[in-house]
Amino acid sequence: MDTLTQLIAGFAIALQPINLFWALVGCALGTAVGVLPGIGPALTIALLMPVTAQVAPESAFIMFAGILYGALYGGSTTSILLNTPGESGSVMTALEGNRMARTGRGAAALATAAIGSFVAGTFGTLALTFLAPAIAELAFIFGPEDYFALMILSFTSVAVVMGTSRVRGFTALFFGLALGTIGIDTQTGQSRMVFGTLELLDGISFTVVLVALFAVGETLYVASRNAQVQAVMNPLSGGVWMTKEDWARSWKPWLRGTLIGFPIGSLPAGGTEIPTFLSYTLERRLSPHPEQFGEGAIEGVAGPEAANNAAAAGILVPLLTLGLPSTATAAVLLAAFQNYGLQPGPLLFATNPGLLWGLIASLYIGNVILLVLNLPLVGIWVRLLLIPRPYIYAGIVVFALVGVWGLSTSWMDLALMCGLGLIGYMARVYDFPIAPALIGLILGPQAEIQLRRALAVSQNDWSVLVSTPISATLLAIAALVLVLPLLLRRMRRVERRIEEEAAAK
Amino acid sequence: MLNAKTTDATPRLRRHLRRATLGLAGGLALALSAGLALADPAKVLIPANPGGGWDGAGRQTMAAMNQAKIFTDGVNFTNKGGAAGTIGLAEFVRTAKGDDNALLVTGVIMVAGVITNKTPVSLNDTTPLVRLTNEYNAIAVPADSPIKTPQDFIAALKADPGALSVGGGSAGGADHVMLAMLAKHAGAPVNKINFVAFSGGEILAALGGGKIKAAISGASEFRQFAQSGRIRIIAVSGPTRLEGLDVPTLKEAGIPVEIGNWRGFVGAPGMSEAGRKAWLDRFAKLHTSDVWKATLKNQGWEDAYLSGPEFIAFLKSEETNWAQALREVGIVQ
Repeated sequence: MDTLTQLIAGFAIALQPINLFWALVGCALGTAVGVLPGIGPALTIALLMPVTAQVAPESAFIMFAGILYGALYGGSTTSILLNTPGESGSVMTALEGNRMARTGRGAAALATAAIGSFVAGTFGTLALTFLAPAIAELAFIFGPEDYFALMILSFTSVAVVMGTSRVRGFTALFFGLALGTIGIDTQTGQSRMVFGTLELLDGISFTVVLVALFAVGETLYVASRNAQVQAVMNPLSGGVWMTKEDWARSWKPWLRGTLIGFPIGSLPAGGTEIPTFLSYTLERRLSPHPEQFGEGAIEGVAGPEAANNAAAAGILVPLLTLGLPSTATAAVLLAAFQNYGLQPGPLLFATNPGLLWGLIASLYIGNVILLVLNLPLVGIWVRLLLIPRPYIYAGIVVFALVGVWGLSTSWMDLALMCGLGLIGYMARVYDFPIAPALIGLILGPQAEIQLRRALAVSQNDWSVLVSTPISATLLAIAALVLVLPLLLRRMRRVERRIEEEAAAK
Repeated sequence: MLNAKTTDATPRLRRHLRRATLGLAGGLALALSAGLALADPAKVLIPANPGGGWDGAGRQTMAAMNQAKIFTDGVNFTNKGGAAGTIGLAEFVRTAKGDDNALLVTGVIMVAGVITNKTPVSLNDTTPLVRLTNEYNAIAVPADSPIKTPQDFIAALKADPGALSVGGGSAGGADHVMLAMLAKHAGAPVNKINFVAFSGGEILAALGGGKIKAAISGASEFRQFAQSGRIRIIAVSGPTRLEGLDVPTLKEAGIPVEIGNWRGFVGAPGMSEAGRKAWLDRFAKLHTSDVWKATLKNQGWEDAYLSGPEFIAFLKSEETNWAQALREVGIVQ
């Protein structure tokens, strides 16, 4: 009950008008940076840090928490409406969400994303409040071989989102993997495929690829087809609100997404992306309407959106309980704590309970603010689709250019964006899926690092990869995911042949 | 001392004059500005992304200078990260030439980066000013490790360097080179050491969970986990023990290895002699100010002030030492 009294004290702090104001500012700001590609919560918080030096630490962290959650709410909006994810955690949302928007179901997609984010954010915060110390221990249990197995599971499970044909899907995946090998190899310090350019030493920035393949590629495609296809879209053909069926199909994916997102988000090498991949695959497997996937299945929006918000709450677990930053955003938050002379970790709960519980309470409040902020906006956002396409796509290109330039002020990134944008256009024309390329780029380098760490520690004994219960289980599931559909298909074919033979007789 | 005062008076006088003339144009603007927009602001290039160590070094130092009223003309920060700071260095050398108000944040990582990445520019192309802070490394082991002293660590390294997996920051960084120096001291083959590179907080989880046998990193990173009993710090790499940490230095244990992660500032290529002197004076004043002492304490930085010709000599020795060390570890062929 100690936790409850502390939490109530936290609410007393978070509900002070000045702190409510900062929460609102943070949420609005977060939503805005989530919408913009290239500008993420990490950069925003880092740039705001000197400004907030004059603000009380409680207020500053309440605002930062708003930015963290807000960015995830905002990221889904552009994914769904414009097929342009603002954050890496929103890539999977674009797959089904944009299809829904194209068929006039944009409002329902936005609503399920916002409510799913709210549900997952609230459950995630509850888990953070009551289970954080226990879940934080996961960080010490997971070794490199376990992370590697988790990556392999993600790889095999995304094989199902490979688009129209396996060859195309794998082509895109290997393109992403190849891009991921560029830069300094972290384990040996040697540069790979940089062609003597300093700008490539740190690898190709994920945001550049994201913006190029989605935003630039899409824009070129629309521009090239604009004269022929005069698509007049009714943005609201499915009604403004989610139907009864939408609710029925959404609530389970929300909860499942939360269950996947929170624990993985709380791992030091987890992040928000992997849960969205896994959630999408799971929903596709479990859906009673698998044929709708790729055409705008609401489960494919509800699950990943819940997963990325739950993961964001998970990120705070190792940060607050152990002082371990697991993502760029968490690292910036850690720096912010240190700026105030505070060191996150178990001691902080004892030395500064007001700040910590105020922050946790503000997460509940932030979630409510974001829902209130986002749901009424759904009606306004979908109106974006009414703007004539030339204007809106011109706007997207401007945002893409500004976002990429602002990221690193590097001409190389701009050149890469243009080049990759052309590849994105070709991919659209010849129907290659884009998501596998991004998945390869995100997971490839991580899987490589974890594999090589595991092998370094075991001195090249490959059996280390199945040496722990976690890694063995995850790899077994990965194998099942790969083999089971093939087996099922063969069995079904055999069944059909038997039926046909029976019918012929 | 007298000398320092006169050189400082000149820019201040100029500033007053400028304020006075502009004041005729708009009184209100003058009252509000307090020298923010009107005077010549410093242009500080931070060769890393927002949030990291160099970012903090740049922004906190200039904030302290402003707070101590040493330099109040405002600062424009530019973040240009990547490739161990060498991208920022190349940009600085290209664009800041002859600008007396252009500064670059630098440090040991950049010295190593220039050698590893074989960049066409180096710190010799800039005007070295000052070393300000240092952070010494520490060696830590999991709480239940049989390694209890620096000597145990050396013995384990000697017995089988491959079996002793040691985590640290990026390959070719201070942590990696420190392990190589320790192996050399132990008489173990340097090319057999098992260095596992980590980034960010992952190393603490791996060490606390016993996934690696030991880790080398900045002492401040280990402190909290050591306090909560998850890991044990067995040695620090500085010349003296760290405050509030009952851990021997390597030197005390008879191991002549001293390595630290220092940070400082350099000026633009071709900075005028007057400009250089003005900045050296400002840093000298900052070093003695109470504001700076508070900043050091808050950030957990160690004072490592070294200025002028001594700093130039130090840079030279760092370059030779690192070139040799990186060759020995096999990072540079």
